Amino acid sequence: MDMISIPAINMTPILPEIFLSSLAMVLLLITVFSPGGSKSLLGNISFIGIAATAVLVGSGWGANISSFNGSVILDNFATFFKMVFLLSAGLSILISDKYMNREGCNHGELYPIILFTTVGMMLMASGTDLMVIFLGLEVMSVSLYVLAGFNRNNLKSNEAGLKYFLLGAFSTGFLLYGMALIYGATGTTRIAKIATIIGQMTLPSANIMLVAGMLLMFTGFAFKVAAAPFHMWTPDVYEGAPTPMTAFMSTGPKAAAFAASLRIFLIALPTLQAEWGQLLWVLAVLTMTVGNITALRQDNIKRMLAYSSIAHAGYCLVGFAAGNGTGTAGILFYMLSYAFMNIGAFAIIILVAKKGEPNGTVMDLAGFGFKHPILALAMTIFMFSLAGVPPTAGFIGKFYLFSGAIQKGYIWLAILGVLNSAASVYYYLRVIVYMYMKEPNEEFEWTVVTAPVALALLIAVAGTLIPGVVPSLLLELAQNAIKLI
Amino acid sequence: MSNILSLTTFLPLLGVLLLFFIPKENKAVLRGLTLAVTLVTFIVSLLILTGFKTNAEFQFVENVPWIAAGPFVMRYNIGVDGISLWLVILTTFIMPISVLSTWKAVEEKVKEYMICLLILETSLIGAFISIDMFLFYIYWELMLIPMYFMIGIWGGKNRLYATVKFFIYTMVGSLLMLVAFIYLYMLGTQAGVTDFSVLHFYNLKIDPAIQVWMFLAFALAFAIKVPMFPLHTWLPDAHTEAPTAGSVILAAIMLKMGTYGYVRFAMPLFPEAAHRFAPLLATLAVIGIIYAALVAMVQEDVKKLVAYSSVAHLGFVMLGLFAFNVNGMTGSMLQMLNHGISTGALFLIVGFIYERRHTRLITDFGGLAKQMPIFATMFLIVTLSSIGVPGTNGFAGEFLVLLGGYESELRWWTVVATSGVIFAAVYMLWMFQRVMFGELTNPKNQSLLDLDAREIAIMIPLIVLIFVMGVYPNPFIEKMDPAIKKLVAQIRPASMDVKKIDTTSPAAHGAIQSQSGLQAPAGYQGMSGMPGAEQPAGHSGTNGQMPAGHPGMSQDGQTSEPAINPHESK
Repeated sequence: MDMISIPAINMTPILPEIFLSSLAMVLLLITVFSPGGSKSLLGNISFIGIAATAVLVGSGWGANISSFNGSVILDNFATFFKMVFLLSAGLSILISDKYMNREGCNHGELYPIILFTTVGMMLMASGTDLMVIFLGLEVMSVSLYVLAGFNRNNLKSNEAGLKYFLLGAFSTGFLLYGMALIYGATGTTRIAKIATIIGQMTLPSANIMLVAGMLLMFTGFAFKVAAAPFHMWTPDVYEGAPTPMTAFMSTGPKAAAFAASLRIFLIALPTLQAEWGQLLWVLAVLTMTVGNITALRQDNIKRMLAYSSIAHAGYCLVGFAAGNGTGTAGILFYMLSYAFMNIGAFAIIILVAKKGEPNGTVMDLAGFGFKHPILALAMTIFMFSLAGVPPTAGFIGKFYLFSGAIQKGYIWLAILGVLNSAASVYYYLRVIVYMYMKEPNEEFEWTVVTAPVALALLIAVAGTLIPGVVPSLLLELAQNAIKLI
Repeated sequence: MSNILSLTTFLPLLGVLLLFFIPKENKAVLRGLTLAVTLVTFIVSLLILTGFKTNAEFQFVENVPWIAAGPFVMRYNIGVDGISLWLVILTTFIMPISVLSTWKAVEEKVKEYMICLLILETSLIGAFISIDMFLFYIYWELMLIPMYFMIGIWGGKNRLYATVKFFIYTMVGSLLMLVAFIYLYMLGTQAGVTDFSVLHFYNLKIDPAIQVWMFLAFALAFAIKVPMFPLHTWLPDAHTEAPTAGSVILAAIMLKMGTYGYVRFAMPLFPEAAHRFAPLLATLAVIGIIYAALVAMVQEDVKKLVAYSSVAHLGFVMLGLFAFNVNGMTGSMLQMLNHGISTGALFLIVGFIYERRHTRLITDFGGLAKQMPIFATMFLIVTLSSIGVPGTNGFAGEFLVLLGGYESELRWWTVVATSGVIFAAVYMLWMFQRVMFGELTNPKNQSLLDLDAREIAIMIPLIVLIFVMGVYPNPFIEKMDPAIKKLVAQIRPASMDVKKIDTTSPAAHGAIQSQSGLQAPAGYQGMSGMPGAEQPAGHSGTNGQMPAGHPGMSQDGQTSEPAINPHESK
């Protein structure tokens, strides 16, 4: 009788995930056994845990280890994205404590759930099998539904959680169905093998099952990155969710969805690039335009940033549509920069808002500039970076994304991209106009910067400005990260 | 001092760091320190001037690696040539004056204001000295930010509208230019270009059909900044709402960024397209001259009138550039400096009077000459300079522009533009008359004080330059001459040569000169037998013939005979 042969398993690729999951479970136990304990401690522990994981992940730079029979991989691409997720999670944790205390929902479960989300995202980035990617996505999504509805005494937060859950589950269905069809067409879920099998087909674009599978997966990922017309959930969820979680959701999970879809589309389906490239072209234009035009009309600052995050996904889709080295590296760089500047902006929003009114409007910022000059300066830097004005990381990122499109020959896509970018200037400037050019209605005496928030802001400002002036190192890392795919 | 250009660029930024440590209540120290920083920057920049060798090459070049990733290589590549030299000096010269002008005008948020001014100075100098196009773009965008704050925070009633309009207008143009930048680079890499240095791209032979689109993208960005009709509408708003120093910098330096962009990028990079669109752009320039003059005539607000006069003046600059000959280009370059000085001075004058009366309406004034004699004298000099009366700087530049225009294919455009000179006299003198002469009827004006020592000190350097550049512009022309000749050679596409020789035949050229009875052009052409002249001569071998109307080009050795000035023959 044959024994089931178990291949030698190299644990290195998933070591960070194991570490982070264990930490999350320990934290959960701590919460259970000391319900009245200080939640700040949990936050601090999880931040340190994330920093340690970042060191662990960073030490894997340059490695190329495939494990679990080819279903996960440790490569630079995964490492780069994992760093983005850890950064996003770490910064979000830093800005959570103050907010959650103020809103009276500082439950200990928050931090373990953030860590689980991060584990899910990390699996998405390192998965080289559709099933692993799907598992990662589910771990991430389910945790996110909880995080969106985390403020359980707040109706809007409940609504956000429920809405996100219903639509998210629906979109997951699309994704899974797509994966099933791809499996049906190729007989495997290994990304590399899919590519080989498709490569042997005579006319893959005529294989209806394959194309349908691709389209369904495409839809699923479009939902996750909030690309128009699959973006409808974003504003409501972002508005209702606790602000630090909005900051988290708009950066990490979005990057994770890009990581997984880049790997799938560029490695498994490069033969169909002509098809999905065209689709992405349209999707990018639609996403940028819908995001920016709608953001123009928003007074609620969280909704404004929600629509802006749709637009930013659109810019990344420009690089994705190009599908070449420049555009893809641009996505990696942009996702990292976006984590810095967007979480930074949300950190300021948390500071500006009063207890019980977590959903501020742009008008609430009136006169903030001369009451808290340093915070306002930080916000100004984030806004200019989001608008893509040099010398900020946002500009360099956009430069590479649009360059990718131009290199590919998509001149019009680049032109529509920059026009969108110009339109977006209006609503980012509006924030600055209110901060500096309107008379204050408030004294902002409740705006108190705690040490973790200060640290988060410092990291965010440095991460927005330094790569804007000397981007070489990060760009090089991004270039290295995409070499293998 | 090999890195003197970097020093000049970043001294103001160093000043910003110092300002951070000074408490904001300490306004006198803040002002004094900013003034000191700008003065030191000016003095350092004079070293560039004295060390500048009169030739067509970039000098004080610093070229170190900056970004290299993916297909792109950007370098910190800077230098000055005859074209950018004076613009850098103009910038460092105007800045201390702007700082002084805010001494009393800005009482609130002094620290932030000074920080804005200094960041602005860095970005302006940086843009003028960038050889690397990407570096230029960074500075080009960066300068919007401090100006945006200056108008938005310290501006007039309608400042928010003005500043957002200013920002978005400029941004739209420059983003389209960015696409063309990238596209150009992609073309360049196929031809072996290794980095973003503009010098590489000068030698590219780009298909004229593609040139058209790229030229349009560049031309749009720069036309918005110049601003050319019909893209000028942001300017009157921005100028009117900006605080005095903002208007001065905007008019004196920032608008030059647009014309400089044409000279450095749009025209030499895409010569065929530039020629193709010359009639269109010249038409817009001439419309701008006439239209802005007519609009200026009916303005009730002095500052708005000056703003529209800016549009008209820059119309002349554009016309001169698109004459594509040495006279026109030289005139344009000179006019860029002149406009910086005269219009800067006009905005200062408007600022003085606004600080006293808090109104700028012409009807609120009248008869001020009796009350404020020093003010009246200075105002008159500046007004005359703005009109371009011989003996002031405005004349030399305008004359060369018109001469160059007349020599070129734009003869009829020039004829129409010449009427703009008369209009300028009409609206400026009429405004001057209504403000300064007549009865001192308004009782509020009877207690006005004349200029104080600070204000006189601000005006003196400008007035001196108005006369110096009017009477003896040659030192200025001399330094830029080789670079301009090189440029003229560069923007003559091979296909145009045959046609060009006909229109500027020596006979025709001579006839024009003798008719005008002026020796000036000949005199200044005589100077061109300089070391730098070899450069264009070398070009003529590859690019075809030099414009025939410039005998000085072929002479060798130093022609030390002093040039005769236009108005010496008067």
